[in-house]
Amino acid sequence: MRASKLSMLLTLAAVAACGGRQAADEPVPEPTPAPAPAPESTPGPVATSDSGSDSERMAREHAELIRAVTADLSTPIHFDYDQATVRGDDRAVLDRKAAILKANPNARIRVSGHADERGSDEYNLALGNRRAGAGKRYLQNKGIEAARMEAISYGEERPMSQATDEAAYAQNRRDEFELTAGGETLVAPQ
Amino acid sequence: MMKRLLLLLLVSLVSVGALHAQDSTGARDRVRVILEFRPGARPGLVVLPGRGADSVRAILRRDLGYSDRFVMVPIGDPPGGARSGTEEASGINYQLYRTLGANLAVELVEAPGGVTARLYDVAGSRLRSQQTVAMPPTGDAGFRMEAHRLSDEIVRWATGTPGAAASRLLFVSAGQVFRIDSDGIGLTPLTPAGQTALSPVWSPDGSRFAFTQLGAGRGGVIVQSLASGAAFTAPGTGTALNITPSFSADGRTLAYAHSDENGTDVYIADIVERCCARRLTVGRFSDNLSPSFSPDGRRIAFVSTRTGPPQVYVMAADGTDPELLAPYDYGATGSSNAPEWSPDGANVVFHREVSGSPQLFLVDAAGRRVRQLTSAGRNEDPTWAPDGRHVAYVSDRSGRRQLWVIDIETGTVRQLSTPGAARLPAWSRRLGRTVLSPNP
Repeated sequence: MRASKLSMLLTLAAVAACGGRQAADEPVPEPTPAPAPAPESTPGPVATSDSGSDSERMAREHAELIRAVTADLSTPIHFDYDQATVRGDDRAVLDRKAAILKANPNARIRVSGHADERGSDEYNLALGNRRAGAGKRYLQNKGIEAARMEAISYGEERPMSQATDEAAYAQNRRDEFELTAGGETLVAPQ
Repeated sequence: MMKRLLLLLLVSLVSVGALHAQDSTGARDRVRVILEFRPGARPGLVVLPGRGADSVRAILRRDLGYSDRFVMVPIGDPPGGARSGTEEASGINYQLYRTLGANLAVELVEAPGGVTARLYDVAGSRLRSQQTVAMPPTGDAGFRMEAHRLSDEIVRWATGTPGAAASRLLFVSAGQVFRIDSDGIGLTPLTPAGQTALSPVWSPDGSRFAFTQLGAGRGGVIVQSLASGAAFTAPGTGTALNITPSFSADGRTLAYAHSDENGTDVYIADIVERCCARRLTVGRFSDNLSPSFSPDGRRIAFVSTRTGPPQVYVMAADGTDPELLAPYDYGATGSSNAPEWSPDGANVVFHREVSGSPQLFLVDAAGRRVRQLTSAGRNEDPTWAPDGRHVAYVSDRSGRRQLWVIDIETGTVRQLSTPGAARLPAWSRRLGRTVLSPNP
């Protein structure tokens, strides 16, 4: 029983570590299938466990927390057509990122600016560059060191949605945020 | 004023009637621009049927049609034959071709190692020009371009200025740079598949091209030889994002836009000494990109967001005296992008958003008068043919993005077929033999 509890904790820790690298737009990987079900009728260890000791619950909660922090860090922000100004409704999103980055001095991020397919292909690279710069500058103004943030542009080359309506364009006019270092030791801000 | 409007309407009705493929005049925007072409009188031209030199004749006939300087009088080559024996003996049947509406007649006959081309003045019943040119064997790599060169020469005999057939275009499809002849033949990839290449542009002598190699949100400007494939990264473009390269007319200087956290600015670098990158624009948090040199090398047209949405500006080649080039109504006129200076220096072509779709526009460099060229579908990223009268661009009027060519004199359009979606075309200057001989 002790051994099974220990392996459970290890599994949770592994999930937490993976979670640190998990970008929001990537599909959550399927849980690795158990090697071969034991002939005994023992219930499978982690997934179906519905109760546990305090330490189990704490580990699970910690994993959840890390997943939430990572998701907050990678939430994209969006822009109006041909604009590179941070919108009012995105300030809270960026403030949350600033708090996380302050709580995790080893964390580094990459901000990539994107444009919808309207407008010149080449101008959209410059526009994406300005959008990435706007996201980065906002965080800088919140006290995050510039050296921890890399700003790049993909222009219209990597659309989130391939559709050609306003809903798709609105989705594509964005900054994406990607954790490039410090994901293994993430903690939640106080 | 009313009278003038009526006259314009009349002119546009007449021209639409006269031309089969004119760009249609669509809905007007608030912009005070009029879609307007002045076709003028085009002489009728017949390419005489004949024996031999069939491949050259076929290329010639198409090129002369694409030059948009003639009304082509169609006469097919009769099967197995040729002009009647009596005509060959007695010369050109001027009376017949006059009846068919031809003012000019082109004759091709085989000569040892090549062909003899003759241009007849049908109205005046006389031979006007003739020349015998060496022709590589039909299967030879240089054959088609030699035929294009002959057709450009015949256009010069007939009109005083050469055609633009002996030229090629670069464009991007699925991240790869391709090359294609001006008549749509000879598609050749120049960069590997699976990468993101953008904004290819020719060196003036046609021996090299430059383009942006985009990777992981950053990109350098690569200058690559067409013959050998040898390439180097342009000075100053090794870090951050570097886009929209453009050669000066003497081929020594490369202008490009460098994007970093201070915004996007136009730079120039010496690509002979491979040094001395220098910033020309100072636009804190604004974008300055898409430079295009005037043919005399003294000025650079470029795009700037200094007053809001992107518009077309011009500055001296050292970066001084920036000013607006293409006038616009603040708050009403759409974004303007992708300027390219015409080979004769008279005009700058660019695209501007009209009711949500990009359309081609011209601004004359001296008078700053803006003229709209297209209105059907999305039309963008224009590039000048070496004759300064045709412009290739990307249009979705066929349903997907393809290359099209418009004649700015008559408004006639034709499609240049490419596999897959095409974008960011660049037209070469007239290509000389030395540049072309080593075919990669």
